[in-house]
Amino acid sequence: MKSKRFIFIVILLISLFSLILISTTLGTVKIPIKNVLKIILYKLNLDIDISNIKASDIFIVTNIRLPRIILASLVGAILSLVGTSYQAIFKNPMADPYVMGASSGAAFGATLAISIGIGSGILGFGVTNLLAFISAMLTTVIVYNLAKVGSKISTTSILLAGIVMTAFLSSIISLMMIFNHEELGKIVTWTMGSFNGANWNQIILVTIPVLIGLIVILSFSKEMNAFVLGEENAQSLGVNIELMKKTILVISSFLAACAVSVSGIIGFVGLIVPHLFRLIFGSNHKILLPVSVLGGAIFLLICDTLARTILNGIEIPVGIITSIFGGPFFLYLLKRSKKNKLI
Amino acid sequence: MSCVIDVKDLHFKYYNQEILNNINIKVEKGSFVSILGPNGSGKTTLLKNICNFLKPNNGTICIKDKEVFKYKNKELAKNVAVVHQNNDVNFDFSIYDIVLMGRLPYQKKFKSESKKDHEIVKKNMKKTEIWKFKDKSIHEISGGERQRVMIARALSQQPDILLLDEPISALDIKHQMSILSLCKDLVKDKDISIITTLHDINLAARFSDLIILLDSGEIKSFDIPKKVLTAENIESVYGVKVDLYLKDKNIPYIIPKAI
Repeated sequence: MKSKRFIFIVILLISLFSLILISTTLGTVKIPIKNVLKIILYKLNLDIDISNIKASDIFIVTNIRLPRIILASLVGAILSLVGTSYQAIFKNPMADPYVMGASSGAAFGATLAISIGIGSGILGFGVTNLLAFISAMLTTVIVYNLAKVGSKISTTSILLAGIVMTAFLSSIISLMMIFNHEELGKIVTWTMGSFNGANWNQIILVTIPVLIGLIVILSFSKEMNAFVLGEENAQSLGVNIELMKKTILVISSFLAACAVSVSGIIGFVGLIVPHLFRLIFGSNHKILLPVSVLGGAIFLLICDTLARTILNGIEIPVGIITSIFGGPFFLYLLKRSKKNKLI
Repeated sequence: MSCVIDVKDLHFKYYNQEILNNINIKVEKGSFVSILGPNGSGKTTLLKNICNFLKPNNGTICIKDKEVFKYKNKELAKNVAVVHQNNDVNFDFSIYDIVLMGRLPYQKKFKSESKKDHEIVKKNMKKTEIWKFKDKSIHEISGGERQRVMIARALSQQPDILLLDEPISALDIKHQMSILSLCKDLVKDKDISIITTLHDINLAARFSDLIILLDSGEIKSFDIPKKVLTAENIESVYGVKVDLYLKDKNIPYIIPKAI
């Protein structure tokens, strides 16, 4: 079992890196995979001769495609990690990375920034992104505190408070859209998610929290197994359940806010990727967490590659792709799995 | 004989409502104690106080001469294992993985299970006769088998004390007998102490060394079955008139007559 687990993780890692290379070759300008490899190795300070590759190709690979592809993979990994954690903490298969209001909070911040016209940014991290992040974090903190009773938190109350906050903010966003007709397109595009305009600074800003969050959440994987069998059960196995709930909620909501602020709202990834792997591996988080993270990265990378290449020259918001392709695929798997499992 | 559980003057309130009142219990090593009482008499609450899931308003609870709240979580889990009543599993695990969770108190973060962990799990799964199902999903087995899985997991914690909350309520008579016989064997050959809440008075009489009879949060009687289970006690606690017989001159068994 353990070696099977290891093999699968290695397969996913190899797939991810191959897909990154393949995706980099695709686009309006086709760049041969040999050249892509050369450019990457050259940029990694290896002694490679790239003098015969067009300067425009080098620019496209290093400044446009690679940042976008890596950011899409990172966001996919985050969404899927957060989805898996939330589904465990809330013991609810419907939980996705946005249950605590990160999406509507971010959308509110972004809409605000777009409406008052302060879109351009510092370090490539636009004011829109920044306001989206702050607003997503604030919303999550409000939801968390609404659901707190004394020093304990009730997960049911979090779900309810999250739904109410989302509904409330959505109507305010609609109101702002009515008053800002001319910016409507921008706002709608943002809320459907896109990696257009990704850059290395965003990647650096996202990578650090992802790594820390990933390590902390992975360190709880055994405890999460005990936890999904019931809080009482987990406690009698020696798990400090309040500490665990709080740590995972805080880290997950921070990660969700990071993801949504750089990419806009991308639905479906954080909901279906964890379920997909649960159908294959069961609920053991020791394997479920790492494969979901890698699987989320692969899934969103594929979706984003489709989003930018499927219609020549026109970009489709990636959030639309995740639902159009992810939905039927998931239903197929659901139908095929005869066992009485989580969903 | 040493005293593994010592409850003194325990009071527990839930929103100003007195649930447990002046509870005093001493349980010695290697005994099988049943808690009986009507619905709402505080049986489960008492168990949850003993395992530190609920905190008493007054009084002390000592596990092996140390107050229960002074234990670190994992340390307590090595001494006290609990099989709770609600064992609905919505998530999909193999039976082996569930029993392996019993080793959690002995494990460090990021470390995988040791050979010893696997050996202990295997031993307990064989003892509870679930080894043949080890790769099955928890959803594929019956209620009686599931209860055995939970007991195997609790035993893998290698506890001195095993607390069971109505372990046989949803089972047929054969599984009821087999679970209680298993518990009885555990007490006999492992120096483990068992406290279990039960509803079936006759089975409690048959298997228990001692019975605690709870009545609205107070101990009506705490003694050997023959002394606790008298027709008067049962009528006053449950409000049911019974005929009482003695089997082998020692084990009382009852037949309800009228309300």
